[in-house]
Amino acid sequence: MSDLLESLPGHDPGAPMLSVEDLQVEFATAHGTVRAVNGVSYAVGAGETLAVLGESGSGKSVTARAVMGIVRAPRGRVTAGAIRLRGVDLLTLPEETRRRLRGTTVAMIFQDALSALNPVLPVGYQIAEMFRYHRGASRREARRRAVEVLDRVRIPSAARRAGDYPHQFSGGMRQRVGIALAIALDPKVIIADEPTTALDVTVQAQIMRLLGEIQREHGTALVLITHDMGVVADIADRVAVMYAGRVVEEAGAHDIYARPAHPYTRALLGAIPRPHLRGKRLAVIPGAPPDMSRPDEGCRFRPRCELAGPGCADAPPLYDVAPGRASACHEWTKVIEG
Amino acid sequence: MASSTPVSASTDLRPVVRTGLTRSPAFVISATVVLIICALAVAPQAFAGWFGHGDPRACDLADSALPPREGHPFGFDVQGCDLYANVIYGARSSVAIALLTTLGTVVVAVVVGCLAGYFRGWTDMLMSRLVDVFLGFPALVGMIVILQTLSTHNEFTVSAVLILFGWPALARVMRGSVLAVVNSEYIAAARGIGAGPVRILLRHVIPNSIGPVAVLAGLNVGGIIAYESALTFLGVGLQTPAISWGVQLNTAQQYFTTSIHLLVFPSIFLTVTVLGFVLLGDALRDAIDPRIR
Amino acid sequence: MGRYIVRRVLLAIPVLLGTTFVIYLAVYALPGDPIRALFGPNQVISPSVERALRERFHLDDPLIVQYGHYLAGLARGDLGTSFSGRPVSEIIRAGWPVTFQLGITAWLMEAVLAILLGTLAGVRRGKAADYTVLAGTTLAMGIPFFVVAYVAQFVFGVQLGWFPVSGADAGWPVAYLLPGLVLALGVLPQSARVTRNSVLDNLSADYVDTADAKGLPRRVVVWRHVVRNSLIPVVSLLGVSLGYMLGGTVLIEGIFNLPGLGYQIFTSIPQHDGPVVVGIGTLLVLVFLLVNLLVDLLYGILDPRIRLH
Repeated sequence: MSDLLESLPGHDPGAPMLSVEDLQVEFATAHGTVRAVNGVSYAVGAGETLAVLGESGSGKSVTARAVMGIVRAPRGRVTAGAIRLRGVDLLTLPEETRRRLRGTTVAMIFQDALSALNPVLPVGYQIAEMFRYHRGASRREARRRAVEVLDRVRIPSAARRAGDYPHQFSGGMRQRVGIALAIALDPKVIIADEPTTALDVTVQAQIMRLLGEIQREHGTALVLITHDMGVVADIADRVAVMYAGRVVEEAGAHDIYARPAHPYTRALLGAIPRPHLRGKRLAVIPGAPPDMSRPDEGCRFRPRCELAGPGCADAPPLYDVAPGRASACHEWTKVIEG
Repeated sequence: MASSTPVSASTDLRPVVRTGLTRSPAFVISATVVLIICALAVAPQAFAGWFGHGDPRACDLADSALPPREGHPFGFDVQGCDLYANVIYGARSSVAIALLTTLGTVVVAVVVGCLAGYFRGWTDMLMSRLVDVFLGFPALVGMIVILQTLSTHNEFTVSAVLILFGWPALARVMRGSVLAVVNSEYIAAARGIGAGPVRILLRHVIPNSIGPVAVLAGLNVGGIIAYESALTFLGVGLQTPAISWGVQLNTAQQYFTTSIHLLVFPSIFLTVTVLGFVLLGDALRDAIDPRIR
Repeated sequence: MGRYIVRRVLLAIPVLLGTTFVIYLAVYALPGDPIRALFGPNQVISPSVERALRERFHLDDPLIVQYGHYLAGLARGDLGTSFSGRPVSEIIRAGWPVTFQLGITAWLMEAVLAILLGTLAGVRRGKAADYTVLAGTTLAMGIPFFVVAYVAQFVFGVQLGWFPVSGADAGWPVAYLLPGLVLALGVLPQSARVTRNSVLDNLSADYVDTADAKGLPRRVVVWRHVVRNSLIPVVSLLGVSLGYMLGGTVLIEGIFNLPGLGYQIFTSIPQHDGPVVVGIGTLLVLVFLLVNLLVDLLYGILDPRIRLH
């Protein structure tokens, strides 16, 4: 609940709705420790949409899970950094307080709604639970509220379908249920982890439109994790591009398309199929993402970078390119001039 | 060696077994116990005479059910025979039945599993229904009913009944792993060079699919010994004058309150044996496939 | 759901026919004289009795006709006549309440203990509780359970006097607690381990992350979401474990002197009273099949994905 957040130490109404600061997350694997997230920072304000862009394994989902507090020992743990909601550092809070913020203040939409929903419980029940355990609603009241939420995500004949099980829904309808879970308690922040990747293209557009509408209605801060540049162009205000566990470029959505300031971003934009380039060879980024279990002090993109020089053996800091724009490339001036 | 050649290679378990096992205390202890029990079974006379009265059939009714005394550490049974010698000789039938039954169930399971998994079609249908029928029995009840109607009760008939109710579970597993193997490329390759079904089954299918069945059979050995002792204890398994822990326990139950030693010593040997085989099976399974726990 | 029930029932029919046929073959159609087989080697039967019995069991008809008669008898509840002249169905009527109470007690104990211990071990994977459960279940697997029965009887009955040593006179539940626990221990190791592994599988499922992300209390995530899903394989095992228990009743009722169906088998074996052993044995097989059918149906209720397909 919002009053819970306001009562917590460090609360500052002027601070960004969500900010991630220099976050590090490590996983213990059979091949040693993997630092999946290595100093990620980004911020998103109320009513704003931040797109987090990157290929699989870049650490974008892990960052999101760290924000939700569902990266757990012994598999993974947050080793450094801060995650703040209006200035309150979640990592310093006791687990019980964090739990009470989950779902109420910050919520998540998962990629594959089929596996993200409990297969043996009716969807209405799974939504109603949130009213019962966070709002202390009675079973009947919770069920009534759950049907309302299903209505809000435009599931036809919601009252009847609330008793159905996840496998009885189509992919698009199921993801609406996933969204319903996230918006049920009107959270301030919603993290959507590739919410449309598992869906048909036509359904993708509907789901994105629904998300956009909900966000505008409630002034929610939305973190949209995606690898789909098209989606980014449609709804994002700002973009953070991640590569190998770091944010390599952060900028307004318009700027990043017009003039990328990092070679990786530029390469990503070159890899989008476009109708007017039909018949030409699609650009690909040479090489493969680095092995995250091997530490590397330098820029992790340099083996695949056409601008790589000896200076790249030192990790580049996030250079301020322009107000609200940053790039982690020593050669950003060359990139931006193109 | 060209890695693309479809080659049938039965998994070599030796390195796995060698590295992990000898360091595991559960394995070392259980293997020692099992070795000792096997030694008792093979040469009971070498152990039975340790206290000077090695003949299990040398009995004096005057000593009937007497408690332990000098030279007779376990006391005497109802017939006045030295209980220690009898308990030592009792290992033989347990181990023999365990061996016969394990071999028998594996052979039947492999044959049935191969036929069902390799030839599919109506063979598979028939075999699978047959497995269902036998899995439809509460095993101990089924064994009791059938043994009750047999007129001879020796190691062979008891093993036969144990096999009758033991093969279906293994055959089901075997069928599954045969199905997995039959679709691999090296089987297609073997067919391609004109190998017949018998050759393919013996050279390729069985060596590659027997692993899970072998592991499961190993895990079952302890259970077989427990089942045999239970059947004998009930009076439908081995019968006097056979020397077996089950027979000893069967006699002992009437003297439960007066001569507890009759119950205690065979129970201890039986328990240690079953536990030894179960732990050994567990340790081997963990070494071979740590995923299934 | 209706179609699912019909399918399950239809699938059970061939198994029912198969099991009764196996019993029938073993008892009445094996080479040798079935009258002898039923009565054991030591009974003297007069020629007139033998003739009556041959007629009664239709032994001069073809095999399949004999089997038909046998099945028809089963359907009428005719399970044969004891050597003492008492119909087996009458013995069953007297004994089943005891066995039923013992079975329910043991089954409840097994289900509750398996789910509690398995969940505890799964949730605390790699911790002391997990190792304790694993070690305990291994030990329980390794000790033949009629040995456990004697030890329990001796320690808790004779020495400590907490429970009746034998007999059913104390009534339910007191007289059934100790034998029920011993019976449950025979199958508990396996079901506790299956629960543990199932809980482990489910703990890493995506829907657990969702439940956590919803901010549900941990106990709700574990007991409402994880355990509810983990029960699916456990329930089918509970059906199979009933088979071990039915066999186990013969030993346990014998050792604890509970005058149920198993006890009747236990005491009939040394008397070579074949009809009682075979008749009650057949009934236990039928009960096992029926309960497994019910478990299959319960499975359908627990897992909506099965029910609706």
